[in-house]
Amino acid sequence: MTMKNNELETKSELREASLFDKTVGRRSFLQYAGAGAAGIALVAAGCKKDRGYENPTMNGGATLDFKDDVGVLNYAYALEQLEAAFYIQVANSNTQFTGANAAAKKAYFQDIQFHEIAHREFFKAALSTNAIGSLEVDFSSIDFTSEASVLGAAMAFEDLGVAAYNGAGPRIKTGAYLLLAGKIVSVEARHAAYVRDMISNGSFADLNSLAPLGANNAGGLDGALTPDKVLAIAGKYVKTKINVINL
Amino acid sequence: MNIVNILEEIEKVDGEIYERLNPRRAAMKSFFNMGKKISLAAMPLALGSMFQKAYGQTTLPTAVVDVLNFALSLEYLEYHFYNHALLGTDVTFTYPTAAAKTAITTIRDHEKAHVDLLIGALGSSARAPIAYADTDFRAGGTFSAVYSDYGTFLAVAQGFEDTGVRAYKGQAGNLLGSPVLQTALQIHSVEARHASHIRQMRTAASNGTAVYKPWVSLGASGQANDSGVAAVDAVYAGEDLTVQANANIVGIGGNAGITKAAAVESFDEPLDKASVVTIANLFLRDGKKL
Repeated sequence: MTMKNNELETKSELREASLFDKTVGRRSFLQYAGAGAAGIALVAAGCKKDRGYENPTMNGGATLDFKDDVGVLNYAYALEQLEAAFYIQVANSNTQFTGANAAAKKAYFQDIQFHEIAHREFFKAALSTNAIGSLEVDFSSIDFTSEASVLGAAMAFEDLGVAAYNGAGPRIKTGAYLLLAGKIVSVEARHAAYVRDMISNGSFADLNSLAPLGANNAGGLDGALTPDKVLAIAGKYVKTKINVINL
Repeated sequence: MNIVNILEEIEKVDGEIYERLNPRRAAMKSFFNMGKKISLAAMPLALGSMFQKAYGQTTLPTAVVDVLNFALSLEYLEYHFYNHALLGTDVTFTYPTAAAKTAITTIRDHEKAHVDLLIGALGSSARAPIAYADTDFRAGGTFSAVYSDYGTFLAVAQGFEDTGVRAYKGQAGNLLGSPVLQTALQIHSVEARHASHIRQMRTAASNGTAVYKPWVSLGASGQANDSGVAAVDAVYAGEDLTVQANANIVGIGGNAGITKAAAVESFDEPLDKASVVTIANLFLRDGKKL
């Protein structure tokens, strides 16, 4: 992955700052390699890597710096890249949908593909030179010849996307960006409900099943997860190393 | 001394420490960032108690009270609309399948949960309850068949859900920096899930004569209202926006597949409070209007 200059600058600034302010190094560097990352371990890991840590972005990777809205938007951009890549691969794999709704499923998966591409391209345009690069995905756990596998993965992506936007909303400092996230998250929720209904009719808003993503059935509340938890789940589908700082 | 240890020690005697350290209070922000890492799993909070912890219920900001009472009014309307469809003695349509009735029950239960949640959050600031007798889901005759014709019932349901999604979105900015934003967003996306399913139910009920996408698309003649019901044009006014933050979504990034319809579908639009009130008032009797 090619890195943008501004990211390198950001990293350099951080390293410089850490020379004067040890806490910057201590609290940063939550590194997500694959699926594991627990909050408690992060603080300890950060302590060991004061100052002299190797800058992982130099070896290829993406850094999400949550110190401001750019980090949140790049986080959304990363997730939309992942979703778009998934639906593009579904289309390219010519996954065979079955049953009475087969034609509709094929058509709606194509709709969703274009929605996710639109989201991805929107964030890329909005972030301009602040955008992270293109993520390399890993869909080896998905069998694109199997309708069940594709539907299951689509549900996972959409439910996670909803929880990710809901959990990231409170981090957004600019009203216009919060609104844009709101414009997108409800479309993701519509996707999620549709895919769920295709798997099991009536499960469109099964909030009990969404409890692991932070949903609360008693309150009628959908999922909401902090970025570290979302990335830990999404990590399984991403080859590119994603570094999170200032969360 | 280690700040994390300090926070952990405080937490033992004061479980509210992380709530007290509101992340939006700049002075506490860096401390919070440290403490948060050990409290990630301990953060899910009931909205009511969250208010008490963050502010004390009596000092809820007026703007937040207004948003929550506005939301409460809409949730009352939705709840009564579905609850009556399940229990009303004057309801003459029959549900085509058990699954259809179960879905309406699920949605009714969520709306009730939202009502209860908002009442709990508002406490003594909660608006007066809206009773079924205060409502008129036939909208003065515009939807006279709402409880006798299943298709009409679903069409109005779609209008309610799509309005609800737009209404919450329109208020998000007023909750910027408020601890209730998270909860409002979690309600917002549940309403979108409802809308998606109701649209599928409408497609199924049409027996192949009509298709209502789970997402808001363009109408058959390219109009913003894709519901096929002209009487709810106000619900979809402005939903056909194709430019987001100065970026033209049609064909963005050289993707010819992103047609105008796809661009419209990709982003749901907010609706301002006055427009939502006008829609809601169609379903409230004189003297009970917002």
